[in-house]
Amino acid sequence: MSVQPASAQPLLEVRDLRVSFGEGESERVAVHGVSLTVREGETVALVGESGCGKSLTSLALLKLTPGGSSATADVLSLDGDDLTGLDEDQMSNIRGKRIAMVFQNPMSALNPVLTIGHQITEVLRRHMGLRGKAARARAVEMLELVEMPDPASRVNQYPHQMSGGMRQRAMIAVALSAGPDLLIADEPTTALDVTLQAQVMDLLQRLQKELGMAVLLISHDLGVVAEVADEVNVMYAGRIVERADARTLFREPAHPYTRALLQTVRDLESADTVDLAPIPGAPPALGQVIPGCSFAPRCPLVFDRCHVESPPLRTVGPNHEAACHIAEEVMSGKGSPDDRV
Amino acid sequence: MAAIQALDVPAATPKGQRVPLDRRLLVGGVGLAIIVLAALAAPLIAPFNPIEQHLDARLQGPSGTYLLGTDNLGRDTLSRLLYGLRPSLISGLAAVALAAVSGTVVGMLAGYFGRWADAVLSRLLDLLIAWPTIFLALALVLVIGPGQFGVVLAIALAELPIFARVMRAITLSNVRGEHVEAARSMGASAPRIMVRHIFPFALSPLLVQFAIAAPLAVVAEASLGYLGLGTQPPAPSLGGILSDAELYLSQTYSAAVFPILTIALLVLSLTLIADGLQKMLDPRGAPVGL
Repeated sequence: MSVQPASAQPLLEVRDLRVSFGEGESERVAVHGVSLTVREGETVALVGESGCGKSLTSLALLKLTPGGSSATADVLSLDGDDLTGLDEDQMSNIRGKRIAMVFQNPMSALNPVLTIGHQITEVLRRHMGLRGKAARARAVEMLELVEMPDPASRVNQYPHQMSGGMRQRAMIAVALSAGPDLLIADEPTTALDVTLQAQVMDLLQRLQKELGMAVLLISHDLGVVAEVADEVNVMYAGRIVERADARTLFREPAHPYTRALLQTVRDLESADTVDLAPIPGAPPALGQVIPGCSFAPRCPLVFDRCHVESPPLRTVGPNHEAACHIAEEVMSGKGSPDDRV
Repeated sequence: MAAIQALDVPAATPKGQRVPLDRRLLVGGVGLAIIVLAALAAPLIAPFNPIEQHLDARLQGPSGTYLLGTDNLGRDTLSRLLYGLRPSLISGLAAVALAAVSGTVVGMLAGYFGRWADAVLSRLLDLLIAWPTIFLALALVLVIGPGQFGVVLAIALAELPIFARVMRAITLSNVRGEHVEAARSMGASAPRIMVRHIFPFALSPLLVQFAIAAPLAVVAEASLGYLGLGTQPPAPSLGGILSDAELYLSQTYSAAVFPILTIALLVLSLTLIADGLQKMLDPRGAPVGL
């Protein structure tokens, strides 16, 4: 592997992204000042429980947050181009062309009344100016690229005529057809069964290498994340609570929430029979204001300061940030199941 | 790199699966075909000129010469019916088509843009629905003026909400759907999303609405003709023939009964078609592939 020179500017840079619903008194903040950086060719994971704001964050990158919400960011730039001031028309030139998205459920994200070929050529027509036979030939190539069996005839089929795995391949083909620099994969394997999950993740990784694109992987599945991500951002209640390269994060989690998440996953390779440890309680509801650290009510290491002061995201090691008052102690293993012995 | 193979590959379904033709659709279709053919072939098969008066043969019942009898001016009822079908069919079809197109556009805009656009358009639709069709059409014809154009416009406006409401509901149920979000995430514009990603879902319900609205339009046209607001005499129309005959009911039944039967047959055929289409396009009854 060659050492890449540190790129002067990241592919995607987001600073202080906020997404909220409602206004004034009834404002409910769903994403509190999230910052993200994705460099060219890199896989960055955004991990968290359902409802922590990870999907909203990804939609906000495309300015596609649902009606009734408002999203603001200090910086939202793609390859140096500022996206914050772009209007709907200008954004639609970026969507699909430079940033594309793969959704969780291909059955509902693919249009059931259009053939797969049609859905690919629609993107080719919109962003590449390809029409007719040229577009059709390219659509078959795209299906070959995602290893769709029998692409020449599948191109004429509707989503309901395909299996779940093939549908997800088809959706990846649609997303990649304009050659985006950044692919946002929102729980791309959650709707698939386990055998297919591995295939689809392998496919995504291979395509990422071949096409040299960056991937922002939204997932709650730490197993998947551990395998593919270069950098991991852990999100809780609309905030990023820990960020590190994957190796560091899995070895030395510095936030009690990250550690708790890791304990909910069973390691098949280890011989120990460590009990799965569910995280007690539930994440705060949207709009529920918790003074201090939002994880405090569920945290096993909580102390007085946590209820008063919200810990900022701070550097706790090389390329490692965490938002916990006692991150260093957490890293050294305080309060972990082993610690109790 | 090892090839990745999909594990479950269902057999590709053959193209063009046949949906069994509904019997009501068949009967209605044949009925409508006969009526349309008769209207088209009127100059060939009508025994007399529809406005030619035979003053020596007024108010006659059916006979060898005048198969369906004559009216108070001795005009042949069969010939008048054959020619009278034309304005009825044309007005009915044109009015429903106009209502379908404009209603679809209105409903789609209301559903897609929501908020104030929906509020304004939906209240306007409520305003149109609040009046009975005939009463609304009557009021509009009085403003626009009698004649076929006014009748078409009036019926179209009266039936517009039927289509607008269906289209609005289907737009609402799809506009937040993931496939629309996905299309938007790939850069599709608002018009494109409406036409490609929402409208196809409305096709079969709109088709059924079209078939339901068509007989209503025929009845409305005949009613306006009966009230003297449609096709102007001496040109024949189904409603006009009926209204001419009404005054002489005590002398002959035939001039009144046959236009009624014709209208009934036309409405029955169209209604059977609507029923049959509804049955065939009902997703619960439809085989995979439709």
